[in-house]
Amino acid sequence: MITFDAVTKAFPGGNVAVDDLSVELPTGQITVFVGPSGCGKTTSLRMINRMIDPTSGTIAIDGEDVSHQDAALLRRKIGYVIQHAGLFPHRTVVDNIATVPLLNGVNKKQARENALELLGRVGLDESMATRYPAQLSGGQQQRVGVARALAADPPVMLMDEPFSAVDPIVRDGLQKEFLRLQAEFGKTIAFVTHDIDEAIKLGDRVAIFRVGGHLAQVGTPQELLDDPADEFVADFVGRDRGFRGLSFITAEGLDVEPVKTWVDGRDGVRLVLDDDGKPQGWSVNDSTDLRPLPGTFAPSDSMRLVTDLAISSPSGVAVRVDGEGIADGAVPHAAVAEHLVAVRRDAEGDRAPR
Amino acid sequence: MIDYIRNNQTIIWQALGQHVYLSLLPVLLGTVVAVPVGYLAVRRPALYQPIVNLGGVIYSIPSLALFLIIPVVLGTGVLSPLNIIVALAVYTFALLTRTVADALTDVQGETTQAADALGFRRLRRLVGVEIPMALPVMLAGVRVATVSNISLVSVGAFLGVGGLGALFTRGLQLGFIEPIIVGIVLSVLLAAVCDIGIVLLQRRLTPWSRVGAG
Repeated sequence: MITFDAVTKAFPGGNVAVDDLSVELPTGQITVFVGPSGCGKTTSLRMINRMIDPTSGTIAIDGEDVSHQDAALLRRKIGYVIQHAGLFPHRTVVDNIATVPLLNGVNKKQARENALELLGRVGLDESMATRYPAQLSGGQQQRVGVARALAADPPVMLMDEPFSAVDPIVRDGLQKEFLRLQAEFGKTIAFVTHDIDEAIKLGDRVAIFRVGGHLAQVGTPQELLDDPADEFVADFVGRDRGFRGLSFITAEGLDVEPVKTWVDGRDGVRLVLDDDGKPQGWSVNDSTDLRPLPGTFAPSDSMRLVTDLAISSPSGVAVRVDGEGIADGAVPHAAVAEHLVAVRRDAEGDRAPR
Repeated sequence: MIDYIRNNQTIIWQALGQHVYLSLLPVLLGTVVAVPVGYLAVRRPALYQPIVNLGGVIYSIPSLALFLIIPVVLGTGVLSPLNIIVALAVYTFALLTRTVADALTDVQGETTQAADALGFRRLRRLVGVEIPMALPVMLAGVRVATVSNISLVSVGAFLGVGGLGALFTRGLQLGFIEPIIVGIVLSVLLAAVCDIGIVLLQRRLTPWSRVGAG
């Protein structure tokens, strides 16, 4: 656990970047610091590994005050990933990844072997090992950056807008893979972003900062969306927070219609399956020119995805698939809306005094 | 011409050898001093301007004047080759200090911050990250200093310290052209060979600087 206790950072000239911050970052979880520029989120992050020292207050990792520790040794126990990866241009990918183990005196052969293994773990081919960073795409560099941070197996990771500089599609892939890795490694992570969507997607807990270095609210993403502490938080999580809230409801309890109904055709649209039963597309008014599906969902996916699929499908129907990708149900958007109303009613029923 | 070369092989080789020694040793000495001083200018920004100005002033001293001042300062004889070596080392230093300072300044930023965040200590960061990254620019400075030194050593011949310049003075004194031509050709060749040598060295030391986005 990382603990901020009444931490203040004032820079020379009187600019207060962080003002009396007290917050806990639970072990094994992702805590996201989010807020507009100038809110002190990055300064807070950098005080954890002593890149910046606080003016007052203490920061402790598992009860040990970081200010009492040798900065270089402390940092080697804390993984660090930044926006443009910050790779060493003069070192190959494998040597970049091996950086911290080499600093710690691990022999070169061992460090490189571990680095090669990590390369695979972050989804890069071993053939990349001998390349230089300039030969990689932005997304690949960021993966190497993550592998480098993981190399010494630090219990704590700091990530400063690591996915902000890549395009949205690559970002989405990196975020998913990051969550997969976190499920595997279970690090204590402090993650900085200015993007509330990213914060809600990745954070187990989200700390929202306001300008002047004040903590506005901290809680699970759902708590922030359901019950924003004040107008600033409500405004920051956005007007479509109702739609975002759907991210936390899965499609488990959603009633689906049999696929056959739609394969036979209804309202002038027909779902076309291949021989295995995998959906191929929609035929509108018996056209042979198939309209593609926007995607499919599984029961574990969120209602946000299901809603989006239903709205963007040419038929207004979202298609559910099983583990093999075989269509096993379909939901028109009217049914999606009914389901959401029912879920809301249940939630309110739970809350109401009996 | 051929006859001249054939009959004076020993003298020519000796002059070339001296020339190499007198021009390249100062490059080494000047570089060794310029790197820490250049780094100091980066570490102490207040010192950057004074250090760079000092370099500029030194470099503007005419070489012949410097060759004559140094024996006075060092107490060496006017004809001592040490004068040339010290003078050219001073030029190399003057030329390279700014290059080193600027090259090291240019590499500050995300990468050096990342190095700090990963737990590099100061010296290791300098040797392991900053100098390697600054090497292409620093070696470009060394190329200029080397070629400049090779041409300046000839001036030393007026003081009678040898090198290929000695062939010029000999030719002038004896009134025939062959030694002058041999001296010029060898001087140019030497500069070219050293220049190419440094380029090859740089390619070897910094393979990463030539890769593009793939």
